[in-house]
Amino acid sequence: MMAISTPQRAAEAAQVQLQSPPSRTRKERGFQGVLFLATVVAVIVLAVLLVDVLLDGSGRLLGGEGGFPQVLASYRSRFPDRTGYLAGLTGTLSLMVLVAAISFPLGVGAALYLEEFAPRNRATRLLEANIANLAGVPSVVYGLLGAGVFVAVLGFGRSLISGALTLTLLILPVIIVAGREALRSVPRAIRDGGLALGATPLQVAFRQTLPAALPGILTGTILALSRAIGETAPLLVVGAAGVLRTASVPWRPGEQYTALPVEIYRYVSFPQDEFRVAVASAGILVLLAVLLVMNSAAILLRNKYSRSW
Amino acid sequence: MSANPDVATTVPEAAVHPRPGGSLRPSRPRHGERLVMALLALCGLVSILTTVGIVVVLFVDAAAFFRNPFVSFRGFLTDTAWRPFGDPELEAFRYGILPLLNGTLLVTAIAVVIAVPLGLASAAYLSEYASPRVRGVLKPTLEVLAGVPTIVLGYFALTFMTPLLRAIFGIEVVNIFNAASAGIVMGIMITPTVASLSEDAMSAVPRMLREGAYGLGASKRHVVLRIVMPAAVSGIVAAIILAIGRAIGETMIVAVAAGNLPTLTLSPFSQIQTMTAYIVQAVQGEAPRGSLTYQSIFAVGAVLFVVTFVLNVIAQAFVRRYRQEY
Repeated sequence: MMAISTPQRAAEAAQVQLQSPPSRTRKERGFQGVLFLATVVAVIVLAVLLVDVLLDGSGRLLGGEGGFPQVLASYRSRFPDRTGYLAGLTGTLSLMVLVAAISFPLGVGAALYLEEFAPRNRATRLLEANIANLAGVPSVVYGLLGAGVFVAVLGFGRSLISGALTLTLLILPVIIVAGREALRSVPRAIRDGGLALGATPLQVAFRQTLPAALPGILTGTILALSRAIGETAPLLVVGAAGVLRTASVPWRPGEQYTALPVEIYRYVSFPQDEFRVAVASAGILVLLAVLLVMNSAAILLRNKYSRSW
Repeated sequence: MSANPDVATTVPEAAVHPRPGGSLRPSRPRHGERLVMALLALCGLVSILTTVGIVVVLFVDAAAFFRNPFVSFRGFLTDTAWRPFGDPELEAFRYGILPLLNGTLLVTAIAVVIAVPLGLASAAYLSEYASPRVRGVLKPTLEVLAGVPTIVLGYFALTFMTPLLRAIFGIEVVNIFNAASAGIVMGIMITPTVASLSEDAMSAVPRMLREGAYGLGASKRHVVLRIVMPAAVSGIVAAIILAIGRAIGETMIVAVAAGNLPTLTLSPFSQIQTMTAYIVQAVQGEAPRGSLTYQSIFAVGAVLFVVTFVLNVIAQAFVRRYRQEY
């Protein structure tokens, strides 16, 4: 009698067998937990870093003498409570303007060419592979390139324009890749419509495709710029002067300059803690604030203008 | 046929002039457009010029370095001390790159030991376990971490990680500048690189493979470890190689936290110097152009470029492979 199983019994038996043994369930949970923890480690480190910098730097940035306005409004000084980042901040802003003005047209031009017009042949593939490789070249090597070409051969010296051109070459691959992605996401129908109405391929590219892809291109460019702003090594190599007091705010391309990350590096290299911790971390907070503004702008731009086709 | 001569005459005419208004070709040559097109192509050419420029700049000065009668290529690769300063005739002048390579590889090894497990675990979690909401928080955070300027990470290594290590292992053991501190922070920095590409590769593994394994009674853990990871191995290898390339080329963390003393050592707690840190240190020394010290910067830069270039090419070959596989 017992041997004859009813459908229910068969189902119950099957249910029981489908359930994992508790030891296995524990292992599964443990495994998932370990993976989650490993993922969060990076997030925790990021949080610790931010808190650490805030604790070190907020005193100098907010408190009393040499505080918020002064740390931005004064030039370099031998005294830790009087020194400031005016030269670095203006240098970084000048660099940003120049790099944007040079790299945006170059990057967009290259992206347009590769995405819209380049013939599918060996030369194009070589160009693409080359861009991918350039993205992996260490930034300090770009510095050496800049020192050799812009500072020495072209004779620009250790000027703002040498730094800006070096940073431009550094982020150009990033802008090209972002630009191509944005152009690729514009649907074929837009181009076909323009061509059908008699526009030349170039007119279609400049009046239809490019405007449609512009928000994506701008977002990519801003993110690339924020990478350029944070770079230290190439600027050190092309000789961001970091002089005690630059004569003026460096708005002209031929002038000597310094930049925020370069200034921070100088202060971190000091043996005294007043400079190494308090002053450097205040500079880091300024730098992070600049980057935060830029990244927020990029995200706003993406959210406001992004369309799905 | 001849009854309707009109047809015979009009048809060939229509073939000659398909449209009354003219052909599909532009009515007049557009020289301006061709110029603009050439300018666009020129923009693309800038990237080729960049590569050519890097190779020329590095190898011209590196070649000048090796042409010097006091310098030999063999000595560069085998000598065990790096002091390319001052008069090359003096005994203090040594130009073996081994200590710098040692420093770079030591820091990179520490970084990889940290980044590979963390990166792979993150990739597996994000690709296989995380809910869309959790993913939506974790992925951008990892991207933010990848975007932190390296000078900030260098500061963090020097003023947070080093004191921490000194508190744990003792002030006598851990030098204030050491490879471990820089390597750990660098490992955290390259974790997003490992995670992001590995996750792409894992997500590209077809569902069928997973479901086949589930059908055979595998648990999720087994599916992740024995199906997804092996199937995504090309992408994972590419991710790790790219991360190694970034670690070798990273400059500011090591320049700030690892020190400036070229040493042949395996101890993670002693002061070292990497190739990149040497470049940064030497360019600030105001070595005049044409001097051996100046040229040595480019010799080191050339080695750095060749190593990272080879790693990139290998990584891209692996990326192509995993894109083709599924």
